[in-house]
Amino acid sequence: MIHGVSLLPLIGIGVLIGGFLLRLNPMLVVLAGTLATGIAAHFDAGHLLAAIGSGFVETRNLSLVLVLPLAVVALLERHGLREAAQRIIAAIPGASVARLLVTYLGVREVTAALGLSALFGQAVTVRPWFAPMAQAAAERDRAPSEEEKQRLRAQCAAADNVGLFFGEDIFVAFGAVALMHEVLKSLGYDIAPMRIALWAIPTALCAFVIHAVRVIRFARRLQGRA
Amino acid sequence: MIELLYVLAGIVLAVVALTTFADATHPRRIWTGSFWMLFALTFVLGGRVPPQFVGAGVVAMAAIAGFGGVRSAAHGDNEATRRAGAARLGPRIFVPALAISVVTLLYTVFMHDAFVGLGIGCIVAWAIALVMTRDTPMQSMREARRLLDALGWAALLPQMLAMLGLVFAAAGVGKAVAAVATAYVDVHSPLIAVLVFAGGMALFTAIMGNAFAAFPIMAGGVGLPVLVGVQHGDPAVVAAIGMFSGYCGTLVTPMAANFNVVPSALLELDDTYAVIKAQLGTAIPLWVCNVILLLVLLHR
Repeated sequence: MIHGVSLLPLIGIGVLIGGFLLRLNPMLVVLAGTLATGIAAHFDAGHLLAAIGSGFVETRNLSLVLVLPLAVVALLERHGLREAAQRIIAAIPGASVARLLVTYLGVREVTAALGLSALFGQAVTVRPWFAPMAQAAAERDRAPSEEEKQRLRAQCAAADNVGLFFGEDIFVAFGAVALMHEVLKSLGYDIAPMRIALWAIPTALCAFVIHAVRVIRFARRLQGRA
Repeated sequence: MIELLYVLAGIVLAVVALTTFADATHPRRIWTGSFWMLFALTFVLGGRVPPQFVGAGVVAMAAIAGFGGVRSAAHGDNEATRRAGAARLGPRIFVPALAISVVTLLYTVFMHDAFVGLGIGCIVAWAIALVMTRDTPMQSMREARRLLDALGWAALLPQMLAMLGLVFAAAGVGKAVAAVATAYVDVHSPLIAVLVFAGGMALFTAIMGNAFAAFPIMAGGVGLPVLVGVQHGDPAVVAAIGMFSGYCGTLVTPMAANFNVVPSALLELDDTYAVIKAQLGTAIPLWVCNVILLLVLLHR
């Protein structure tokens, strides 16, 4: 107990950290963490199952945005979407891994800052055409090994995440800015959302520079010119 | 509208489940089919049955997945079809792919609902794709099954973690973390207060998988009372850079599964944590930048 707050529910966090560190199956880790948290908070079995069920029903939108695009992307892949993406890169003189990844990072971040975060995504753009394009660019110099291809694809996913995360908070109407505005207001500080979005810009620039430098260094190593 | 899209996703998953049950060559067709069928039922029946039933289904899905019951079928390589498609359609194949993005965007701008927008975008794109490829809806379901098989249980993980976040909130985990984080703060040292705030945001975000859950607690516990109340910093700077400190935590946690774990499965990477490893080298220096920016910009 600290200041009258029970610390018992933290057991669930311990279960999660331990489970992930031991590299147990994530589904089992999450299930165990959920059950431990509920038991520590003295939920009975019915209450715990109801909490799990209503939590799951409330968050169906997360799986919706995965399942529906996959059905479309899968059909397009059958008819050569990835091959078409690779042909486009092959046709552009001067296309390189570094240029492609840095361009994607920049476009992803700027469009997210303009409120256009829905244009890109792991299921909508990274798997169907961005990763195949990066692979085609890498194959221009030499044939990468399977391990190098996998690390390249992981870099594609990372470029999408970094661009999205550190761009979207600059957009005034984004949920995060609204949330910050509401929290500050509830604590007695009424700050214009525009000012919150403005002070996101320094970090957004740092994120672009740091990640772009890392991407360029990664591309150099990939091309064996470290 | 969103309920109709949930039913549609449920139908896709149910077709995947039924074709898995019917696949005599599948190594675990009963368990794998049951997993996808339970997933389908949570979509279709989610809001219509008492939550205890959904909860029991979720526990069953997690157990099936956790003990290795979800396996992929043997999907043959259709290289000939892909090459023929690429030759016949060329860059036009991008039209349906980009239609998802464009329709989602338009709907979000005018109707302010990105989830419904994405759903409608997918329906439009699916129709264009069927016409353009002259393929059947059933074939598109077979292809959807191929991709869902590639994802396996990772398809369920984002929703499991979001559910866990809500159970955490109901059990008072946030209050307990805030109590620990704020119990030992020296409110008069700007450096220590900034380190506790930015560190707490990153750590708590990594644990919860979501900076939005960490922000109210850390802003209410340290950010505003100490950095603004005691040290008279600018609340807009505290909020904006505090949230970004949390995002550095998002970059390195498997709890943010939709960003970090699902892409590993989508991109067929052997290492589940490959995306996190690619992001770690950005997250650490960026977090340090946030601490410096907080110290510098707090009292301009």
